[in-house]
Amino acid sequence: MNWDILLQTLLSGILIGMVYALVAVGLSIIYGVMEIVNFAHGEFLMFGMYSSFWLFTLFALDPMLTLPLSALFLFALGALVYRFTIKRIASAPMVSQIFATFGLMILFRGVAQFLWKPDFRTVENSLVSGNVVVGGLYFGIPHLVAAVGAVLATGAVWWFINRTRLGAALEATAQDKEAAQLMGIPSHWMFALAWGLGAACAGVAGVLLSTFFPIFPEVGATFSLIAFVVVALGGFGNVTGALWAGIIVGVVEVLGGFLIGPEYKLAIVLTLFLLVIIVRPQGLMGRAE
Amino acid sequence: MNKLLVVDKLGKHFGGLVANEDISFHLEAGQIVGLIGPNGAGKTTLFNCIAGFYPPSEGTIRFLGNDITGMPSPKMAHMGIARTFQIVRCFGSMTVLENVMVGAMLRNKSVSIAHERASDELEFCGLSSRASVPASDLTVAEQRRLEVARALATEPHLLLLDEMMAGLTPSEVQEAVGLVKTIQKRGIACLIVEHVMEGIMPIADHMIVLDYGRKIAEGTPAEISCDPVVLAAYLGE
Repeated sequence: MNWDILLQTLLSGILIGMVYALVAVGLSIIYGVMEIVNFAHGEFLMFGMYSSFWLFTLFALDPMLTLPLSALFLFALGALVYRFTIKRIASAPMVSQIFATFGLMILFRGVAQFLWKPDFRTVENSLVSGNVVVGGLYFGIPHLVAAVGAVLATGAVWWFINRTRLGAALEATAQDKEAAQLMGIPSHWMFALAWGLGAACAGVAGVLLSTFFPIFPEVGATFSLIAFVVVALGGFGNVTGALWAGIIVGVVEVLGGFLIGPEYKLAIVLTLFLLVIIVRPQGLMGRAE
Repeated sequence: MNKLLVVDKLGKHFGGLVANEDISFHLEAGQIVGLIGPNGAGKTTLFNCIAGFYPPSEGTIRFLGNDITGMPSPKMAHMGIARTFQIVRCFGSMTVLENVMVGAMLRNKSVSIAHERASDELEFCGLSSRASVPASDLTVAEQRRLEVARALATEPHLLLLDEMMAGLTPSEVQEAVGLVKTIQKRGIACLIVEHVMEGIMPIADHMIVLDYGRKIAEGTPAEISCDPVVLAAYLGE
């Protein structure tokens, strides 16, 4: 056993885990406020990646500079998805809601494939590239930047929900929308906000990933699968729980891949998922009902 | 006295089911009005129409001289109408203080001012010592008072109280009665749906009796308690 490589693997697991956490926070906000599982969540991430790619390729704007723009674009997309699709099925049976977001997923992938071809794309030579060596350990700068960016974004979301007036209104709507309405909080705006915020989280994660991860129409699939695992682990609607759970999933994935074999990476993560569902259905950090 | 709330010929149908029909009454500023009637008389439906949970099928509701018929509940909150629920609806995983802060944020942009306002209302409702406890850990009586504090934090002119005394012990009923009296002293009018007669009779200025969705009587508590129509509705003749 080579300890250097093990430590290296552990750290890269933590770094990618922080990005997973951000994707999961977005999913968790949407579920927490509306109790709708968004199967198209990975596609928000995919659109985030493509927005970064095209701004870079067409206008030579670096992903790190266009990140706020992509966040805004995804926020608007999320709010529009709510306004034109989700709003209609907000009080429909759960099966209709699953079909609706599943349908969106297929639609978004199809649109991406139609417009941008199924090719793998990459953002080459952005501001963040190369490696640093710290104490004999190698870090990809894009990975480091993505991890730090994801933690900052997660922190910003936590601050927004827990420390602002609008965040309190969102939380109140999540807990009891009718009681919140009596406090003068219009549910529809809060739902749109949740979708905007949820999509923006996935979009920002997509931009952060775009500097080192290939971009293609189906890229969202893996990430949304992992986001489900993270959310199940961290407890729905729990931002700090998602952060820890994201890191755990990242470490388990990378470490499992290293110790058992890279081809089993996702299988190991999903085994963890099944174990958690069986042993602690409320999530590792979630409170029992 | 000026009329705060005027309900005129209000009706509400759910398909073929008539829940409210031709109900008219008014409520003056600072008044306590009791709304009573047997189970299924349409009291909660009337409440829901006034609070904006669903639009009435017929008739109008005027509040402070404005037509508010069919206005959604967030707008009602802005107008100055607050309500509590028969079955408590606190934000369970928030603390007691945070629950009330959500109400206070309606009129206060600043989170710290909302914090102060919420603390004041908790003190008013006797919940200061429970401020940092999750709302779901409170007793039923405390949760009812929390709902009142949260509603008061929205700074209403009219408070709709839906069976706030149901299921309380006799001493808790007396505390609730005391609370309603002090709310009235602040100049806030209360419309109260109540089954607990010893809770509502001593404090109401005016009583309205519903049966089968219609208003069958109104008057002072003393008048109501010896009205033959009311007695018939309650005792089945």
